[in-house]
Amino acid sequence: MSEDNQEVLRLENIKKSYNIGQATETEVLHGIDMRVAKSDFTALIGPSGSGKSTLLNLIGLLDSPTSGELFLLGKPTREMDDATRTALRGNSIGFVFQFHHLIQAFTAMENVLMPLMLAHGKPNKESLDRGKELLTEVGLEKFIDKKPNELSGGQQQRVAIARALITRPALLLADEPTGNLDTKTAADVFALFRRFNEKFGCAFLLVTHDPRLSDSCDQTLTLVDGMLVKQ
Amino acid sequence: MWIEWNIAVKFLREGRSQTALILVGIAVGVSVIVFITALITGLQANIIERTLGTQAHIKIQSPDELNRIVPAAIGTAQLILEDKRAQRLRSINNWQQVITILDALSEVVAVSPVVSGPAFARRGESLESVALVGIDAPRYQKIIPISEDMVAGQFRVGAGNAVIGQLLADNLGLRVGDKLRLDAGFDGFSVVNIAGIFELGVRELDSRYVYLDLKQAQSLLNLPGGVTVIDVTVQDIFTADVAAARIGRLTGLKSESWMETNTQLMNALTSQSLSTSMISVFVALSVAFGIASVLSVSVVQRTREIGILRAMGTTQQQMLLVFLIQGALYGLAGSLVGGMAGYALVWTFNTLGPGLFYIPVANTLVPIAMTIATLTGVLAAAVPARRAARLDPVVAIRYV
Repeated sequence: MSEDNQEVLRLENIKKSYNIGQATETEVLHGIDMRVAKSDFTALIGPSGSGKSTLLNLIGLLDSPTSGELFLLGKPTREMDDATRTALRGNSIGFVFQFHHLIQAFTAMENVLMPLMLAHGKPNKESLDRGKELLTEVGLEKFIDKKPNELSGGQQQRVAIARALITRPALLLADEPTGNLDTKTAADVFALFRRFNEKFGCAFLLVTHDPRLSDSCDQTLTLVDGMLVKQ
Repeated sequence: MWIEWNIAVKFLREGRSQTALILVGIAVGVSVIVFITALITGLQANIIERTLGTQAHIKIQSPDELNRIVPAAIGTAQLILEDKRAQRLRSINNWQQVITILDALSEVVAVSPVVSGPAFARRGESLESVALVGIDAPRYQKIIPISEDMVAGQFRVGAGNAVIGQLLADNLGLRVGDKLRLDAGFDGFSVVNIAGIFELGVRELDSRYVYLDLKQAQSLLNLPGGVTVIDVTVQDIFTADVAAARIGRLTGLKSESWMETNTQLMNALTSQSLSTSMISVFVALSVAFGIASVLSVSVVQRTREIGILRAMGTTQQQMLLVFLIQGALYGLAGSLVGGMAGYALVWTFNTLGPGLFYIPVANTLVPIAMTIATLTGVLAAAVPARRAARLDPVVAIRYV
């Protein structure tokens, strides 16, 4: 197995139902099998209501499947307790949301360092250097001490990207990362993703509506009515 | 703990107006508790000092004399017409041994044998009924420090000296150095020299007490070598009844605490303490509800941020801690301000108030209030903190 082919994520027959046991019980995902390897740059597309967000939440260990098993870095995750799951999520997964979702009370730098601080407490010099380096990479070295409300939408999204990468995650999940940005800024953000993908070998999984974005990815998974359709 | 503390502090600082409002609320509550507690404690200390300053905590006397009734023979009926016995002045049996026992008790601070009984004091044509009090001066001073209340002369008994109250001195026209004739109704009388005049501020004592030394009083009252009462003071005046009961069991004597002799006062003190505690509890309760509601609102306002923090690796426990710390900080900061405000109120009362009595503030009052307020804050935060910790990150992130 070549290095590029190392498995980051594997889903085996993942099903997810809501309102279990009630009259309104609905199965949103009907048995998903998929695999993401190191350095993959994948787009997940599909019409609204197809279960994209549900799938992303499951992959991000924010939610548990009703049946099936999800392996992250080879570890089965369905039976994990909250602490182990949270630790695995914190160490291995980075999130970028449509609405940047920074914590308003903290500066750009503190927001970037947050995942490290949550896991290890007060940041050491190495962490501070890494945070600074990432903020420099996203072009925000001058905004280190600014609060989120002092930054533009694009800048905030770039802080969020830096934050997602601070733990050197194996997998970065982005939910409509450019949905809220203008075309130029969106292109910049996408370029950043590409650069980090190459630089750190981190696998990217982007949920998007934007065909230009999905076309630029290495592969595209299409979700229709809770089933994966490979293209 | 570092990051939880940081997040909590930043959250509090960000919600500045909310924080300020609830802090004022807590501060007002704590200042009321501090002030009212200090006020009532001061008032009670004042009352107790005035009452117990002139009496012993426990008085020990011989048991009352009773008629012994011969039991009726079996099978016969008995009609009894009982004439209650008069309680004559009697000495406590083996009082020296009793004092040795009392001295050894840990809760007892001072023990003083006293022989006391009624007498007439005569000077020229005027006659006053008085209470002779024969004392062992050094021991008695530990119970009632009379020498602090002398208005003339010295507190000196023995060798024919006596100390009398101001009112008695006025009634008989006596000054220090004058002579006074005492007659207890037994054979003979004594002429004593007035060595000092005291004023305790209690009419009964100032107009009737004549202090003598033990020996002289014993011979006047015809109780050679005897004492009629043993006065005792204890460390904690509020456990005097327990100590009295214990002494009663140990010695077989009649042992009465100040609580029994001052039932009304005791009732008043107890109800005061009770109402103070009630006020404190209810104020603390409303402070707790205030903290809980502010934090509940904060959890709702920060739902999305909580979701992001959870997504970034905050454990449920960390989330719980963030909100518990906020509750604790509310309690601590609010009570710090409230404690100072309470001090200021007490100071104002002491300096500008009616001046009826002085309110002392115990050094421990504010720290205790702060500790309780902080714990209350943590407890009040428990419910919102649990809600924050249990928020489903998926739902929380989507929350708008």
